Formats: sequence, C-alpha cells, structure tokens
Amino acid sequence: MGKEGRCSFLKKRTKKLLFLRSRAVARVSDRRRGALLFFKKEVLALLFLLFISPCHAEDPALAGLRAPDYDSVAATVTDLAAHRHPRARAIITALRDGTLYAPDEGPGLYILGPAGTTDAATGAPVSGLDPDSLSKVQQNNRVRIAVAGALALLDLSAPDAATRREAAEAMVAHPDSGLLPALTTALAQETDPPAHAAMVLARAAALLSSGASGQSQQAQLDAVAALRGEGNQQARAILLGIPNPPPAVRDAARSAIAAIDLQLRLWSVGQGVFYGASLGSVLLIAALGLAITFGVMGVINMAHGELMMIGAYVTWLVQGATTAAWPGQAGLGLALSVPAAFLACGALGIAIERGLIRFLYGRPLETLLATWGLSLVLQQAVRSLFGPTNVSVITPAFMSGAVKLGGIEITLNRLVIIVFAAVVMLALTALLRLTPLGLQMRAVTQNRRMAALMGIRTPRVDALTFGLGSGVAGLAGVAISQIDNVSPNLGQGYIIDSFMVVVFGGVGNLWGTLAGALSLGIANKILEPLAGAVLAKIIVLVLIILFIQRRPRGLFPLRGRAVES
Amino acid sequence: MSNDTPMISRRGFGQLSLAAAAAAAAVTPALAAEKGEPIKIGILHSLSGTMAISETTLKDVMLMLIAEQNKKGGVLGRPLEAVVVDPASNWPLFAEKARELLSVDKVAAVFGCWTSVSRKSVLPVFEELNGILFYPVQYEGQECSRNVFYTGAAPNQQAIPAVDYLLSADGGSATRFVLAGTDYVYPRTTNQILQAYLGTKGIKPADIMVNYTPFGQSDWQGIVSQIKAFGSAGKKTAVVSTVNGDANVPFYKELGNQGIKSTDIPVMAFSVGEEELAGIDTKPLVGQLAAWNYFESIKTPANKAFIKQWHAFTKKPKRTTNDPMEAHYIGFNMWVQAVQKAGTIDHDTVIDTLIGIKQPNLTGGVATMLPNHHITKPVYIGEIQDNGQFNVVWKTPDLVPGKAWSPYVAETRNLIGDWRKPIDCGNYDTVAKRCVGTKHG
Repeated sequence: MGKEGRCSFLKKRTKKLLFLRSRAVARVSDRRRGALLFFKKEVLALLFLLFISPCHAEDPALAGLRAPDYDSVAATVTDLAAHRHPRARAIITALRDGTLYAPDEGPGLYILGPAGTTDAATGAPVSGLDPDSLSKVQQNNRVRIAVAGALALLDLSAPDAATRREAAEAMVAHPDSGLLPALTTALAQETDPPAHAAMVLARAAALLSSGASGQSQQAQLDAVAALRGEGNQQARAILLGIPNPPPAVRDAARSAIAAIDLQLRLWSVGQGVFYGASLGSVLLIAALGLAITFGVMGVINMAHGELMMIGAYVTWLVQGATTAAWPGQAGLGLALSVPAAFLACGALGIAIERGLIRFLYGRPLETLLATWGLSLVLQQAVRSLFGPTNVSVITPAFMSGAVKLGGIEITLNRLVIIVFAAVVMLALTALLRLTPLGLQMRAVTQNRRMAALMGIRTPRVDALTFGLGSGVAGLAGVAISQIDNVSPNLGQGYIIDSFMVVVFGGVGNLWGTLAGALSLGIANKILEPLAGAVLAKIIVLVLIILFIQRRPRGLFPLRGRAVES
Repeated sequence: MSNDTPMISRRGFGQLSLAAAAAAAAVTPALAAEKGEPIKIGILHSLSGTMAISETTLKDVMLMLIAEQNKKGGVLGRPLEAVVVDPASNWPLFAEKARELLSVDKVAAVFGCWTSVSRKSVLPVFEELNGILFYPVQYEGQECSRNVFYTGAAPNQQAIPAVDYLLSADGGSATRFVLAGTDYVYPRTTNQILQAYLGTKGIKPADIMVNYTPFGQSDWQGIVSQIKAFGSAGKKTAVVSTVNGDANVPFYKELGNQGIKSTDIPVMAFSVGEEELAGIDTKPLVGQLAAWNYFESIKTPANKAFIKQWHAFTKKPKRTTNDPMEAHYIGFNMWVQAVQKAGTIDHDTVIDTLIGIKQPNLTGGVATMLPNHHITKPVYIGEIQDNGQFNVVWKTPDLVPGKAWSPYVAETRNLIGDWRKPIDCGNYDTVAKRCVGTKHG
C-alpha cells in the first residue's frame, strides 16, 4: 500500500510533465525554450527517483516515526539507534532539529534542510513536493529523551574522544539498562581517560537503574562506589532511586549518599556566596549612577530607574540594528550598546539637569516630586513608542549557560555582569580621583562657593556630574537587559533597591556603595533558602531600618567639615 | 472616518496610544446619534504599571470586538461605545474605576481585571451596584458571584488536568512536585487545591515543595538551584508554576542558564502564554509546558480568521494572540447574544438570559454559559517551541464544564453555584440543602 501510493504519485507526476512537455514541444518557440529545459530537468529527476530509490518498499523501520502517538515515535527512535540503521543519525538529528517532515497522506519521510529537500530514508534529493502537504514530525519530552539517548548511543563510537565523553555524560542524565551492553563494549575499547571515566559513570548509572536485573552484588557495589566518587546531585539522584537493593548495596548507597550530602552542603556555601556576589553586583551597578547623582550631588532622582530602562531599550535598538546588518552577531551589538547607552542616557541626563533639576537645587521635596513625575512621563513615552510588552534582547552565546568550578555552578551571564560592574566601579573611582573633571566635581559638591571663586564653572560641572550618573544608569540598563525583562516597568523594580544600597553604604562614598551592595546581596541569598524569598526581603528591610536608626550615615559615612554644613 | 469606528471616552491618565482613536471618535458623534443612543461597554484593564504588559492586549482586543460588532450594526440597533479606564495595576484603584464605570458612565457590561486581587477588589462594587463583569483569566476558583461571568478557566479546567498530564506516562510520570508561585491569592489557593489533589493521588507531603516569591522577582538563582536540589532525589520531578507576570522571564532565563531542560525537570506553567514568551529567546525552553484552553498555534478556520482580524486591527503582522483574548471573544459574543435574545440591556434580565447561551470558541468547540457563571472549555497542554509558540501535545477528549468550588478542599466539597431559580445561590450546600452565604461566599 505504502509503496503503491508513493509510486503512483511519482508516476502521475512524470506522466503529467511528459504531457505538458509534448504540448510545449508542439508550440515551441524561442521564448519557451527555457520552460522546456525546466521540464526536461524535472522529468529526468523524477525518472531517476522512480527507478533508483523511492519505489523500493518503504523501510518498515521508519514507519513508526509517522505514527500519531509519541510512544511509537520514541520507540522507533530507540530502535533505529540500537539496530544501527544506516540513516539513523541523519533522521534522528533532523527530528531533533525539527526538519523531519511527513506527508499528510501516504507514506514517506523528508528532511527539509537549508540545501533542499531530501528523502529521509535514502538521503537522495527530492523536488516538486508541495510544502503545504507536509507536516513536521512533532516531539514531546518523551521523544526528546529517546532522541538524546539514541544520539548518545550513536556517538559512543564516534572517532572524536570529546564526543564520546559527552555521549557518556548524556547517558548519566537518563540511565537506561538497555544501554549496558553497548557501554560495556565501548568501555573495553576506550583509551581516552576522560571519556573512559565518563563511561564508567554511565555504566554504573545504567547498572543501578530500574530494569537492570540479575546484576551481581559486586557489580552493584562497584557502581555505587563509582557514583560516590562523582559526588554530585545526579549521582545522588541515581543512588536514591536504586530499585529493591540487596542489604549490602543499600547500606553502601546510604553511606555514599551521606558522604555526597556533606560534600554538597560544603559546596552550597560557596554557591551561596557566588549568588550573593552576583545579586550584589546587579545592585551595585544599579546603584552606582545613583551614588553619583544622589550620593555626590545630593539630588533625589526618582527617574533613575527609568534611565536604566532607557539604557536597556538602547541595547535592544543597537542590537536590532547590528543583527540586521551582521546576522548572528548578538555579542557585537551588546558591546556597541555599552558606549551607546552611556552616551544616550548621559545626554538625556544633562538635558534633565538643565531643563528641570537646576531650578530645584536645595529643595529636595520638589526635586523628588518633579523627578517622580518625570519617571512616569518617561515610562509612558516608552510604552507608547515601543508598546507595553517585553522586547527581546538576545543573550550572546558566550554569555549563555554555566561552567562548573568544583561543585559550584557559575552562570556565565552573571559572571560577565560581576566583571562589568567591577570595571565600571573602578573606572568611576579613577575618574573621580584622577581626572581634572573628577577634582572639579568633588570641589563643587564639597564647597560650591569656594569652587566658583576658584574659577570653576559650577553649572557646567553640575550638568556633567548629573550626566555622568545618568550615563552609568544607562550602563546598568545594558547589564540588566541580560537578566531581566526589558519592558517600560524595568526601572521600578530597581529604584528602591538602589536607594537602599546608597543610603546603607553611606551617602557620597563609592566604596560604601560597593560594600552596601555586596552585603545586601549576600544577606539576601543566605536568608532566602532559610526563610523563603518573601520573608527574606522583609527581614533584610527590617535589618536596614534598624541599622539606619543606629547609624544614620550608613556603613561608611563621609567625614570632614563639608558634611556638617 | 466611518461610523463603525469604536467610540472612546477617555478617562484617567496618559493613554497616549488611544489618542488617535479618540481623535477619530470626536468626528463621529453626529453620525452615531442618528442611530440611537450608544450602548456603553466598560473596559477595566491596567494600561500602566506592572500588569500593563498583559492587560493592554485585552483592552485592544475589546476595542477590536466592539468595532467589529459596530460594523454589523451594533446591538439592538444601537452602536456600542467603549469606555476605557486605566486602573494602573493599583488594586484599590480598580474598585474606584469600577464604581465610576457603573454609576457615572452607566455601562451595560464591564470587561476587565486580570489578577485575582483586582477581581476581589471590584467584587463588592459590582454586587452593590448590580453590574455585570466578564472576567477573562484563569483563576483559583472558590468564588461564584451573581454579577461576575468567569470566562477564564476554573482550577478543574486548567490546574487539575495539567497535573494529571504530569502524572501520566506522556508527561513523564512525575512523583515529586515543586509548586512555585507568586505570593498572592491565585497561586496560594491553586496550590492549596493541588496539594489536596496530589494527596489523593498518593503523593506524600515530603515530595511536595511549595515556594512563593514576591511580585516582580528578578533574581531566581537561589530558588532555581533549590528546585534542582529538590529534583535530585531519585524520583521524577516536575514544577507547577503559578509565577505571574514579569517574573516569568528571569525565571525561565535562569532555568536555561542552570541547564534545567524540560527532559530533566519539566515546568508546567499556568500563567505563561504567547505574549509572555515574546520577550525571551525560547531555544533553551523548548519542551517546557503550559496548560491553557486556547493556543495561537491551533489551526481552525475560526482561529485563523481571528488572528487575521487581530493583525489587521493592530497593524502588527506578528502580534500574538493568547488565551484570555479568546475568553473575551467568547464572553463578548455571549453578552451580545444575550442582549439580542432579551431585547434589553437591563442587568438583571441579561444576567438571567446569559445562562445557557452557546458560543463557538476559536478551537472548534462550543462554549456554554453554565448556571454557575462558568463556561465549558477544552483543555490543552502545549510545549514551548523555538519560535515562541506552543505545540499542543495533549488535550482533553471532551469539553470540561467549569467548577466554581473545588471538591478537593474540605470546606467547599459540597458547594455548587446555581444562579437559576429555585436555588439562585452562588454557594449552595448540596448536603445541607441550603445557601451558605448571602452572595458569593
């Protein structure tokens, strides 16, 4: 039936083309010669297909991939790999990547690659198929697990040692007793030490999984020992799930779990510090701009969060423009958006200072209300321009995923933000300490009249200082676009935390801001697993209130006569 | 401008996006008046603040539906006029704006609210002034007001089938559950129901981890690693997420970063739709799950037409559609049918007429308004695809009628809602044979 349907389709198509060609030949003219050539080509291709490949009986091993239920698809995938079907890798990879298609009616499977359509069963190119008559072979999580297992099995004998190691690692994640024979064979031939170690683990996991019956007690004990040596959460999960272990194995597993738990607890302290440092670095970069405008200048800028939001939107715009020009260069867009966001937000900051804030110096309450109003205006302006929904800033590949450092998992986007915050912090300190502009800024904020008498143009310095703080807020927006929503509401989530950090750290002191951000971050992350996220936030807030009661000037208060005035 | 332009009374602050439509409206009153006085429809969705991301779309879809109805000649020979207010994601402001719509504008019906706190905030107003509210979002149930029509899913139309799927072989036969939610009434009530339900399925309390986070949580590192640790107990673990709004994007980003794949620990979300996914790169999330009664990817002629109409109305060929939009589509058309059947917009008559009204939904079924003011819905489980859409991997064989009261919570086991005579009660105790509370309970 399958064979007939397919053959009749090709035969009909060939017949029709031949008929059309004969008509074309009958009325041939120079204009039609091109069309004629096309006919000739397609007829030849179809005849080729008719005689060479597709009219062989369809491979029964593949029929299950067209089944409407995921069970059959998953079972077929596993079978293809287990029986080393010659096209197994191509078909399973296509299934994984969503390029495997089946016709809505009749047999056959096709791979729709970028280079053209091929017959999945043979790899021969196919033409003349109507894409609307094809549907993608769908996957669910069961099929995905089968696909990962099948590809791992195929990769176990790959020529490249790293591929073999990755295959063995994938098998640890989904242990399957059916893989035992293949693993035993591969293990005997393996010469690369890391790949060998991974295979020992994979074999141990498979040996202890459900379905692996009739294993000797010694083999099971060896497997437990291998997993104990690995000492991670995956190993722990496998050890906890051993089905009906004999007493000796159970005891060994218990002591192994206890050892792993102890190890994991030690690592989790380090992990907590990393999380805390990471949250701290986000708080730091969000608060640094405020440490300039509020800390150094004393302006309560409620629109600080919105400047960050605009920085994030600048990132989105710049990345959109660069990926349009050079597709796939998300990292370049992100790098370019650092200066772009700084300049855009800095310019906006100068405009805000010149247009609004300079009329309100010395009137903190009016400043607060005016900048709060400004924050609403900016939010709604962005909402009207770009819509209320999130926009998608792409995380470049080098910032996705995580690396393992012992038992600590370090997520790369967080690591980049920690480094970025540190660089901005150092650059800002250097600017304030080492440049003439920094000197003027400090002079103006410490004693405005004296600075003016020395010939410093104080209004210009005010504008530049506010612009600097705003530019740094823009930089924070670039960083935050990598971890949070980019929407008009972005700023609201950070404004309170930013003020908290600056006040807690000590107004007017960058190092105080650093200490404040890190201690708040780490305190939050230590409390979170103990008290839950909601309560942890409340506890931190209460602690800060108590602390400010005792020391109103924060961790590192500025000292000197300037403060007293 | 033709007279089928939706007319808009502008209220509140900063609805810049409506300025153009309002300008158009200013040209038309003379034309409209000839056809009789317009019927006012209230739209009570946040257009600013944290919920604007979700609710602005619902305001737009209502404007589209009203414009479409006006093209067909309005209702009872009168044009419809949208009254848009902005409660600004501020729960008490919802009550104020609802009062304004009902007592100042005298609207015939209100379509609005997203979060359950906002619904709870306007409930007393609607009951006091005898208004009609169509509430389009999946919610926690345990409520049945005479003045509210719940066109979103009740727990038995979303949460329970979703958990059934996770327990099934296709869903991975999970035996350990993380219930993660935002800290407010919907996740807390849903999780209470789910805990009771999982108990009846033989899941021990030790195998259930409940975690709440504040609104707008952006740092998920610790919680995701807690979930990961909880999942390493040798049992298949699944996450049921009632995390709401903005917090979802950083949550999913962190899941992707810490390498939690759907094949290891599947995450089943109740509040993540096409709209929420628009802000993230979904490649690391492929295979994560969501349970809804509608997906944009479902191919039916009605849905195709709706999507086409939506793109034409918003002039954005890529704007997504989602589940609450379908709920408004159903609710609005049910209201139109009821008004046409009753021949009046009188609130009491329309409330009584609405029960039993049938309206085809967008995915090939028929929604019926039940006596408890909930509707019948199909339940779909979708998997996130790399293009930000969902692929349906499972659906209920039949339409599921919405249950207001959960049979898995001891106090409400015997309660039903039935607003027909002679029961005429939102929380009728079927054992004691009496109405427990006065209004909604």
